[in-house]
Amino acid sequence: MPSSASSSPGDTAAAPPREPDLQAHFDRTIARDQRVEPRDWMPEGYRRTLIRQIAQHAHSEIIGMQPEGAWITRAPSLRRKAILFAKVQDEAGHGLYLYSAAETLGADRDDLTDRLIEGRQKYSSIFNYPTPTFADVGVIGWFVDGAAICNQVPLCRSSYGPYARAMVRVCKEESFHQRQGYELLRTMMTGTQAQRDMVQDAVDRWWWPSLMMFGPPDDDSPNSAQSMAWRIKRHSNDELRQKFVDMTVPQAEKLGVTLPDPELKWNEERGHHDFGTPDFSELMRVIKGDGPCNAERMARRRTAHEEGAWVREAAAAHAAKQARREEKERAA
Amino acid sequence: MSETRGQAHDHPKGQWPLYEIFVRSKRGLNHVHVGSLRAADDRMALTHARDLYTRRNEGVSLWAVRSEHIVASTPDEKDPFFEPSGDKVYRHPTFYDIPADVPHI
Repeated sequence: MPSSASSSPGDTAAAPPREPDLQAHFDRTIARDQRVEPRDWMPEGYRRTLIRQIAQHAHSEIIGMQPEGAWITRAPSLRRKAILFAKVQDEAGHGLYLYSAAETLGADRDDLTDRLIEGRQKYSSIFNYPTPTFADVGVIGWFVDGAAICNQVPLCRSSYGPYARAMVRVCKEESFHQRQGYELLRTMMTGTQAQRDMVQDAVDRWWWPSLMMFGPPDDDSPNSAQSMAWRIKRHSNDELRQKFVDMTVPQAEKLGVTLPDPELKWNEERGHHDFGTPDFSELMRVIKGDGPCNAERMARRRTAHEEGAWVREAAAAHAAKQARREEKERAA
Repeated sequence: MSETRGQAHDHPKGQWPLYEIFVRSKRGLNHVHVGSLRAADDRMALTHARDLYTRRNEGVSLWAVRSEHIVASTPDEKDPFFEPSGDKVYRHPTFYDIPADVPHI
């Protein structure tokens, strides 16, 4: 059997399938909650939506290395430095899993990088906020990675196989990220009053931008309905935001910090917390490029890419030379 | 098996070839496909695969295979290609009727 695996089985295949049949097969796959795999036929809109979402997700991981990476050289102990290194390395890894997943849809890796660097594709607004103190490292782990977990756990069942599998891997690692952040903050909270104030200040600055990470409210999220019909997404923005709030409130109490929302209170009837509305005009402003650190993040990414060019070219030249040498040896 | 769309790769300037990565998580288990990465050559593919896919003791052995070298069946011919095994129920043990009181079979 193995010997015939590479022969063209086209002999047995009838005429190429017609588009309505392909669409029907795709619809059945989604309806049965099965996964779509790379070489399956899929509607162009599904492919485009996925490429955009996965690419933005990948870009977010890559840009997300910067706010915390800034603290690697200034971490207060070797233990914290090693942890931070591992965490930032994970973010790079997550970016690479996701770029790979985007490539299975026919996206070109270099083109995706160009789109990020030229500002033609977005990344998560959250990474455009600054990290002036070490408490920010802890709050990013707790809030930002906590929010990412809320977003990403349901994506492990996303209808596109490679995306879902990348998310399984990412979610396993995010748990370490969230816990190291919370532990860092707990340590600071047992320190001096100045350290406790530093934690509260970071919480005050990151709370609302973290809630914005879930995107605009459901009635103002034009692409959500289609993404949910395609089962790329499993829960609406507002559902996920609620989940994050409910999850975080008791953690804040244990930590001894106050979440900066006067409207935040338990609603017995709903079985959820009520909370205030984030300033979504700020979200739109930051996404459009006018956040505190947009220019800095983009400039840093562009510089890293440009300064790495000679390394990529040298590696390619070395590989080409080795290949020529091996060919010559084989011929001899 | 391949996650790629199977087109031939001619490598434009700087674009490293794509590799599929397989990890044996422990002795006694098969290598399993975990994803792909780009690398300039085989050696870089292995070191990048180590850094990307085994940061937490996920593996004891790695394979890196150039994606373009993978031969794969195509989804279009799924039905005819796998059809030969579809109607051979007698290949399964449950096909055979054995009285319940016959031991160890």
